[in-house]
Amino acid sequence: MTDITQLHRALVARVLDSDGTSPPGLRRAAFDNAGLSEPIRTLIEKVAYRAYSVTDDDIAAVRAAGLTEDQIFEIVVCAAIGQANRQYTSALASVANATGEREGRR
Amino acid sequence: MIEVTALARRLCWLLFGWFRASRWSTLSSWRSTAPTSTAVVDLTHEAMRGPSAWSIGDRELMAAFVSKVNESQFCIAAHSATSGLWYGDHEKVVATLAEVETAPIDEPLRATLRMLGKLTRGHSIDPDEMGAVLAEGVSRQQIEDALAVCLAFNITDRLAEAFDFSVASPAAMNAGARHLLKRGYR
Repeated sequence: MTDITQLHRALVARVLDSDGTSPPGLRRAAFDNAGLSEPIRTLIEKVAYRAYSVTDDDIAAVRAAGLTEDQIFEIVVCAAIGQANRQYTSALASVANATGEREGRR
Repeated sequence: MIEVTALARRLCWLLFGWFRASRWSTLSSWRSTAPTSTAVVDLTHEAMRGPSAWSIGDRELMAAFVSKVNESQFCIAAHSATSGLWYGDHEKVVATLAEVETAPIDEPLRATLRMLGKLTRGHSIDPDEMGAVLAEGVSRQQIEDALAVCLAFNITDRLAEAFDFSVASPAAMNAGARHLLKRGYR
């Protein structure tokens, strides 16, 4: 059976808690897609909900606001993993709920 | 913007082995990028090649299907090619991406793809919808295995689009597909 529990935990810890060039608070905000100010907010919102619409201008605006390319790279990775993580966690809870209900009916 | 940063290049090479990404203009390095890429790659490899009741072809089809919802042209092309090669039936993959309800696939796989599509599009899924998948005879473990594929590609699709990976020629995508079947994602 595929078990990605440890790998999933390690990945989230990797991007949130370990060394990076951007401050941990910014990485956390990008991961959560919450509490960000413009122009970072727009970029992160797009990565979370419509990554196909990210443009060079979105990246340039964040760079002009003072973030380095490395920092932009990091927050984009955090945003991608954060949104995917929320979907995954929510779906696992629904599986547990649905399985529990079925077992409960037996 | 045709140059690629060292770190984006490394991530992409680790993930795909072949690619072109256009959004990064200067050479730079995030010393922690390699471990981050490794963490993404390890998770993806386990989801796609770890032991599962789903075949590799099924999981590659799930990857292509999730990528279609996310509108990641690169990942649709890469994983359609890989799934089609594994099945020896590219038409089956094309038909599934075109219309899952009428595609020539088994009902458990259809119910699972339907659920993955809803989750990816709506960002959450309720227990009743999971119950519908279980009712088609899909085991809890199979659902969790499918969700692992979905997690991996909800990450990768976003990175491919944010970093602007371009779709290579069909010949190059097929070469990539052969690589993914032979070596996996590591």
